[in-house]
Amino acid sequence: MFKKSFVYLMICMFSAVMVSAAENNCLTCHADFEEEDGPSHLITKDIHIQKGLGCVDCHGGDASLDDMDDVRDSKGYKGVPSYKDVPKFCASCHSDAAYMHDHNPSMPTDQLEKYKTSVHGKQLLKKGDTNVANCISCHTVHQINTAKLPHSSTHPHNIPETCGKCHANTELMKGYGLEATVLEDYKASVHGAALYERGDLSAPVCNDCHGNHGAAPPGVSSLVAVCGTCHAIESELFNNSPHKVAYEENDFPMCMTCHSNHKILKPEDKWIGTEEPALCVECHSTDDGTTGIETAAGISNALKSLVQAQSEAQLALDEAIEKGMATTDAEFKMKELRQSLIQTRTKLHSFNLDSVLPRAEQGMKEADEVKKNSATLIEEFYFRRKGLGVTSLIFTFLIIGLYFLIRKVEKK
Amino acid sequence: MSDKNISSKMFDWVDSRFKISALVDYMGTKVVPTHSHSIFYYFGGISLFLFIIQVVSGILLLMYYRPGADSAYESVQFIVSTVSFGWLVRAVHSWSANLMVFFVFLHMFTVYFTQAYRKPRELTWLSGMGLFALTLLFGFSGYLLPWNELAFYATRVGTGMAGAVPVIGKDLLIIMRGGTEVTGATIGRFFGLHVAILPGLFTLLLSGHLIMVQRQGMSEPIDWANKSDAEKKYMKFFPNFVLRDLLVWLIVLNIIAVLATFFPDGIGVIHWPLGEKADSFAPPPAVIRPEWYFMFAFQALKMLPSHILFLEGELVGIIVFSLGGLIWAIVPFIDRKAAIDQKSKLFVAFGYFVLAFIIFMTLYGYMVE
Amino acid sequence: MSGEKSRRGFLEAALGGSALLAMAAIFYPMYQYITPPKLAEAKLSQLKLSFSRADIESEPKKAKYFKYGRSMGIIFITETNELKALSAMCTHLDCTVQHRPDLGILWCSCHNGRYGMDGSNISGPPPRPLYPYQVKEVGETIFVSKEIADE
Repeated sequence: MFKKSFVYLMICMFSAVMVSAAENNCLTCHADFEEEDGPSHLITKDIHIQKGLGCVDCHGGDASLDDMDDVRDSKGYKGVPSYKDVPKFCASCHSDAAYMHDHNPSMPTDQLEKYKTSVHGKQLLKKGDTNVANCISCHTVHQINTAKLPHSSTHPHNIPETCGKCHANTELMKGYGLEATVLEDYKASVHGAALYERGDLSAPVCNDCHGNHGAAPPGVSSLVAVCGTCHAIESELFNNSPHKVAYEENDFPMCMTCHSNHKILKPEDKWIGTEEPALCVECHSTDDGTTGIETAAGISNALKSLVQAQSEAQLALDEAIEKGMATTDAEFKMKELRQSLIQTRTKLHSFNLDSVLPRAEQGMKEADEVKKNSATLIEEFYFRRKGLGVTSLIFTFLIIGLYFLIRKVEKK
Repeated sequence: MSDKNISSKMFDWVDSRFKISALVDYMGTKVVPTHSHSIFYYFGGISLFLFIIQVVSGILLLMYYRPGADSAYESVQFIVSTVSFGWLVRAVHSWSANLMVFFVFLHMFTVYFTQAYRKPRELTWLSGMGLFALTLLFGFSGYLLPWNELAFYATRVGTGMAGAVPVIGKDLLIIMRGGTEVTGATIGRFFGLHVAILPGLFTLLLSGHLIMVQRQGMSEPIDWANKSDAEKKYMKFFPNFVLRDLLVWLIVLNIIAVLATFFPDGIGVIHWPLGEKADSFAPPPAVIRPEWYFMFAFQALKMLPSHILFLEGELVGIIVFSLGGLIWAIVPFIDRKAAIDQKSKLFVAFGYFVLAFIIFMTLYGYMVE
Repeated sequence: MSGEKSRRGFLEAALGGSALLAMAAIFYPMYQYITPPKLAEAKLSQLKLSFSRADIESEPKKAKYFKYGRSMGIIFITETNELKALSAMCTHLDCTVQHRPDLGILWCSCHNGRYGMDGSNISGPPPRPLYPYQVKEVGETIFVSKEIADE
């Protein structure tokens, strides 16, 4: 008896199970025979325990009983659910709007409904395929946590790895005809770079495009809308462009056609143009009956000259800065020029010269201003040097004159 | 020869009214001793010339400068970027200020080591000490005026030290800052000090200093007391010495022009880039340091332990500095030997100690950064 | 004797000439300095805008941009006819935000960042609100300023 109460005391001390501990006899035995990574040890960091729930709130049974066999026979005992039954097991609370309201009113209760629509849910619930993800595949068992905590498996920073547990597994993916390179591709993408290198948590991770509980690849028709949640202007321009209709007719995957999906790289100006590696020529040719090639040439030229003008302006500005001149105005203009270049590149999604060229021209004007402004400053720099030269010459002359005057005066 | 007539007529016109011929005759008889340390006689003149440059460039800056937390930085930026030759005026003012402090130091130490403060020049020395203190105050108050990051923190630390003065420290700090913190109110105070109070006092004291120098002439080396007249050499003050002074001034002016053009923002530790506007909420820069001529005091106070016996370390430092300064100021009255034209080893040693302390602490201060 | 005299004359002329030139070298920059520049005084942290409320109203998006120091601001008219000014630089990646009276928000087109009329970041990537400027209307003239926190 003494030994038992000692263990009990220890568990009390080393776990956060304070609230329900008084009634929770489960851990008394489970902590005894389970390894360090067993449920009774992991559970202490789980949000359910922290919110005051006990083992029996999920697993059922009577926690006040001393004997494990008695618990098994007690009223409402559910034990461990089968893999297929896990969604229902969790949903017994999470889909109960009244119950959830009492614990976390702002939390949605439609996870199971969404899961049923997901590829995972269909495979598991309809086909009984236990290789696909259910709740615990992403949320873990007994270490479940809110996505806000940085160590949580569902925190944005950890999501790619969480999904990658399965989707980067070549063996597993082979069975579904899926590429297992998605994680690798994502990490190489601009979005991956924003997340990992800049630590930008607003960068899209897997679930931002695929959904989470209702995870499924976006369909061709919805792709523009999905990318458009962030790239609003691009998608609006694209929807009004001649490409929209053409892509629909040919069943091209919209944004993906040029930008790919997981390995979305930083777009380069050479992607547009009239010869390789421009992507335009994969469909367009001079005699295809469209203005495609003409437009590609026009946009490409506008971008090339703007980039050229920008680098010239930067060079001039750098020289002025290096010479220590006051360049605040020129630097400000330079910022506007950068904005113009970004916007010109954005506008090209209209695939319409009338929309792209005016923006590019405005940028060219700004570049000219930066160059002119910097040139004036550099000129001023040399003017100062020359002015000093002339002044010093005059002073030196005067000094020498004075020297001779002194000599003459002292000779007397 | 007609122009000579005009100038002599003009002289007669003034002389008949103000009787200046006696003064002119007196200047004509004035001589300057010639010896191996004659170069020392130029340092005071150079300091004077630099002060004149300060007044002229300062007045020019005043035309565009506007004190206040929301205008000071902007107006200085305007001066250096938009006003033609504004960069030059600011650079000249800053360079000349630093050189002035340097030459005032040099002038003071050469006077000290030649014991030129001895009787009958006690008051000249005292007025010189006053001018020295005013020069440092000029530097301290002027540094804040651009209201940039550098100045803001240097002033916060500098005025903070004043807060350690016993009894009156807290009030002194509030009076200096115009509040408990360095704010726009501080600019108003420092501005008034820098462009009105200090120039007024300085001009007054400087006039006294110069009149005394002219009346008593240049001090002769202390060992000339035992020399025969044949061994002593002199040059005429006018025109010989004046022309030489002019020559040196021109060289100094040219050096300032070169420095201001090549290094408008200063160089090395003598550096005053405008940088970012002062912002009390921004994190302080990595290195907060005073201007180079305050470095020795700053470093010495920094090195003191927090408590010496029952007193606060900073307080002890301030007491020691005040005492040292006091002894330095009244040295002509306590150096009895010099008063009878004998070199006093004790006071020369004290001078070397002070000089070594200042040089060591300054260098050390920059090295530990 | 005459050689001596002419040498002396030369020295005097050279001295006088170079003294005059030196004076010119000193006074030329001073004269240039006191000649007021095109923009006759410094722009202060209180900025006077070059346009009026009517100009902003006539814009299709009821907003105009202004340059403030090194950054750019946007001033716009709200539904309740108030003038509001905010920093125009999106806190996500420094794109320029625009006023969308149709949506009642400020919008950054780069990544669909949305801000409320008070500058609060309401959706999309922006991590922080936009910095607000103080707006003062004196007759036709609009002044904007940064809050000076230390006074």
